[in-house]
Amino acid sequence: MSEPTIRVPLRALAHARAGDKGNTSNVAVIVYAPELYPLVRDQLTPERFAAHFRGRITGRVERFEVARLGVINYVAHGALGGGVSRNLNLDQYGKSLSAAVLGFEVEVPARLRNSLRGPLPDSPTTPRPDDHPGGTDGH
Amino acid sequence: MTLRIGSGSAWWGDRISPAERNAAEGDLDYLCFETMAESTVSAAQVRARRDPTFGGYDTYLEDRFRAVLPHCIRRGTRIVSNQGWIDPLAAARKVKALLVEHGAGDWPVAAVTGGVITDRVRDLAGSVLETGAPLSSITDPIVSAEAYLGAEPIVEALAAGAMVVLTGRVADPSLFLAPMMHAFGWASTDHARLGQGTGIGHLMECGAQVTGGYFADPGFKDVPDPWDLAFPIAEVEPDGSAVITKVAGSGGLVDRRTVLEQMFYEVHDPARYLTPDVVVDFTSAEIEEIGPDRVRVSRIGGTPRTDTLKVSVGVLEGFVGEDTFYYAGPGATDRARLAERILRERFRVVGLVAEELRIDILGVSALHGPMSRSTAEPYEVAVRVAARTRTRAEADKIGREVDGMAVSGVGMTAKRVPHGDRVREVVGIWSTLVPRDAVRPQVHLL
Repeated sequence: MSEPTIRVPLRALAHARAGDKGNTSNVAVIVYAPELYPLVRDQLTPERFAAHFRGRITGRVERFEVARLGVINYVAHGALGGGVSRNLNLDQYGKSLSAAVLGFEVEVPARLRNSLRGPLPDSPTTPRPDDHPGGTDGH
Repeated sequence: MTLRIGSGSAWWGDRISPAERNAAEGDLDYLCFETMAESTVSAAQVRARRDPTFGGYDTYLEDRFRAVLPHCIRRGTRIVSNQGWIDPLAAARKVKALLVEHGAGDWPVAAVTGGVITDRVRDLAGSVLETGAPLSSITDPIVSAEAYLGAEPIVEALAAGAMVVLTGRVADPSLFLAPMMHAFGWASTDHARLGQGTGIGHLMECGAQVTGGYFADPGFKDVPDPWDLAFPIAEVEPDGSAVITKVAGSGGLVDRRTVLEQMFYEVHDPARYLTPDVVVDFTSAEIEEIGPDRVRVSRIGGTPRTDTLKVSVGVLEGFVGEDTFYYAGPGATDRARLAERILRERFRVVGLVAEELRIDILGVSALHGPMSRSTAEPYEVAVRVAARTRTRAEADKIGREVDGMAVSGVGMTAKRVPHGDRVREVVGIWSTLVPRDAVRPQVHLL
């Protein structure tokens, strides 16, 4: 990737909603514009989602992609402390987990900055190979 | 013909005035109330055993019906509601009395029963969906087991002339699907229309969550007049496509974003959303903003329903004790951390026996735990202590040890007056499947 990029929280690209079922939380990530979809799909892999939530969720992460609607649905098992009624976390339903995913950092080509929301960094940054958000498995 | 279906509630604690507004201004053919969470039935069973004054149905039933009945009677709006909880017949009798009081004693009221299978679940069920273990591995007392019924018994009640239908546990979207099936004559094998109609029901079942509730994020997703949200209205066409909208002049919004967030709410595989009536496929959906606060939703798919019903099993699993106290000003977090250390030692001294003990510093990492981003030192924090225990006596130790922090704890500790609601009973909720034909819903007409 040689073109200039900026690094921004997912919150600049997408909104999200969390729902509960048993001990599982689903977090639907919805991009604000279609051109942002491939960035989320390529960078917020199920593995990186799990790494982002390390220590907060205990089970596997599944992912369902619906590109035509601009939605990626993450299903995180073991997210609710054994289930809503048993959960000792103050957020018994895991509603705030959608906010947690919006803190994931995404690298966005600078040419797409007009598609982004919220405050953005001033200047493009060219990433180092070991500096990729969410892990060191640069691609 | 366009069928107008309004939402009256999304859960037990929901606001009542938006239901009244929908009834008064929505020109509704149907008003649907969803009042049950996963734990509602088991909590109701526990309460029914201890509280002889508890009617077995939504504790706000009378408030809700008094708010909407005058409007529904005037307009001829039929009501479908799962406020029957564990005694739909009692709820139906109460509604009948309210109708008499409002001069509409001739309105037929139906109760749908038959979903409760507490006494049979151990014989019928295979494994626990969440764990894969056999149901027999649950050794704690099972207080409730109820199947998620579908739309069919409600359709039967409507066909019999019921103007109000009270149910216990029904899959939430089925409350909205039933009026469509009845009005448009859809067969239970018409998977395409049932899929589309159930999809619309799913958008409606959480009330304001599609009209601007559970949505606002200042600067990113702003919501107009968020203190004045309306509950949604679906204008449904005979093919099941619908416009999601709300009464004019209300706050909130309906747009592509609110619809998409709700479409995927509590969904796992969006191509296979299982309900008792049909398997829904959201991936083919078309979503069009056709006007202010008007979104047309079409082309949601459907495939045949499964031959099992989901059953929710409530299990008495002990108690949770919890309490909270507070620090503010310079060094607040340091004092909170010392308090945590003192409490952990104290729980050792008093021999607390807990399945899980959790001490969080609210303001730092209580909700997101180890993934919390460190930011500047907060000005004020709360220390929140919680433990899950087998006995009430053990759970009581949490509040008792927090009491001790008043004069024996850390300097400058802020604390509430000891209060009585520091222990709650835990009813674990587990899911299992039973053969569909093992559950026989019944419709009673009053």
